[in-house]
Amino acid sequence: MSERVLEALRSKFGAAVMSTHSLHGDDTAVIEPSAWKDVCTFLRNDPQMSFDMLVDLCGVDYPSRSPRIEVVLHLYSIAKRHRIRLKTAVGDEDLVGCEVDSVTGLWPGANWFEREVFDLIGVRFTGHPDLRRILMYPEFEGHPLLKDYPADRTQPLVPYRTEAEAGVPLEKLAPFGPDEGMPFGRHNVRSGSFTSPSGKDNN
Amino acid sequence: MGELRHVTLDPAEGSGFATTKLNELLGWARKWSLFKYPFVTACCGMEFMALTSPRFDGTARFGAEAPRFSPRQSDLLWVVGTISQRQAPVLRRVYEQMMEPKWVLAFGTCASCGGFYDNYTTVPGIDKIIPCDVYVPGCPPRPEAVIDGLMLLQDKIARGDRTPGVVKPREDPAPGLVQLRRNKGVSA
Repeated sequence: MSERVLEALRSKFGAAVMSTHSLHGDDTAVIEPSAWKDVCTFLRNDPQMSFDMLVDLCGVDYPSRSPRIEVVLHLYSIAKRHRIRLKTAVGDEDLVGCEVDSVTGLWPGANWFEREVFDLIGVRFTGHPDLRRILMYPEFEGHPLLKDYPADRTQPLVPYRTEAEAGVPLEKLAPFGPDEGMPFGRHNVRSGSFTSPSGKDNN
Repeated sequence: MGELRHVTLDPAEGSGFATTKLNELLGWARKWSLFKYPFVTACCGMEFMALTSPRFDGTARFGAEAPRFSPRQSDLLWVVGTISQRQAPVLRRVYEQMMEPKWVLAFGTCASCGGFYDNYTTVPGIDKIIPCDVYVPGCPPRPEAVIDGLMLLQDKIARGDRTPGVVKPREDPAPGLVQLRRNKGVSA
């Protein structure tokens, strides 16, 4: 349906459109990060494109890829009734260079989406008017949706009561024994090992 | 109930007196006048509404109907729903603002132990930050279970007992419906 949008992008931006595909009718263009804002401006302002609605903006962490972080933008044109998905990839393994231009100036609704991606994934949107955490608290360290954020790491704002203080056991018990139900435990993404709630490494 | 030993009543006079211990009288008075502070954060709130509405009438019957939206005027803190790490200071502060004597009821699995939110964002049970008197597990708990919890709390108040209590299911609602792979050596 919106393959002509992809066609227009390819002809106008050339090599900055790294690849395109239309899997199951979802027209997708992978964009060079440096061209992110130009492509978005074109899609928003060109009368043939007129993407006037920002549907979604999110981030994805692919720890095995380089660049590692993917930013995904979904657009829809109410006037032309076509939609497109834009992707770009930024940041190396240590999230250096994890930056992309903000599109808040084009679609004001992108403001909180970009704050969310910054909060949970760690992408810095240059030119964003108010880039700070939106879901987690300011004291939080790190970005919890990165695959290497430890699954059992919590950062309490209120220090937990000790068992001596409470006078009762506070440990959370696994609802099943080790040989029943589903396995309760943690897979480590990096090492591939599995840790059961009792702390034993089952691998 | 604390034992109110009825000693004498003269019908002609229309008056009489009863004897009891002061602690028991206080406990009896407190357990029937629990002013609640509903700290409602999540889906359990719907079940809380069902509990307090006429079909179950789960609070007015026990003298715990009147809500007070100032912690300074309430004695029972209902923690209904998931408590995130970001909300924890608020809950702690609400608890600290309440006047003694005060009690806390954890409504639902999330408030009791964090439930399945075993991650960076959720407090694994409100007892990690404030003392808790009664835990009512369930996702959400049936109103009957909450009424059990409230009666358990009343019992504790009357006895002056501050050890935490858990509402246990009275019976397995559907034996055999859910089969755990318990010690059966199931091949996957």
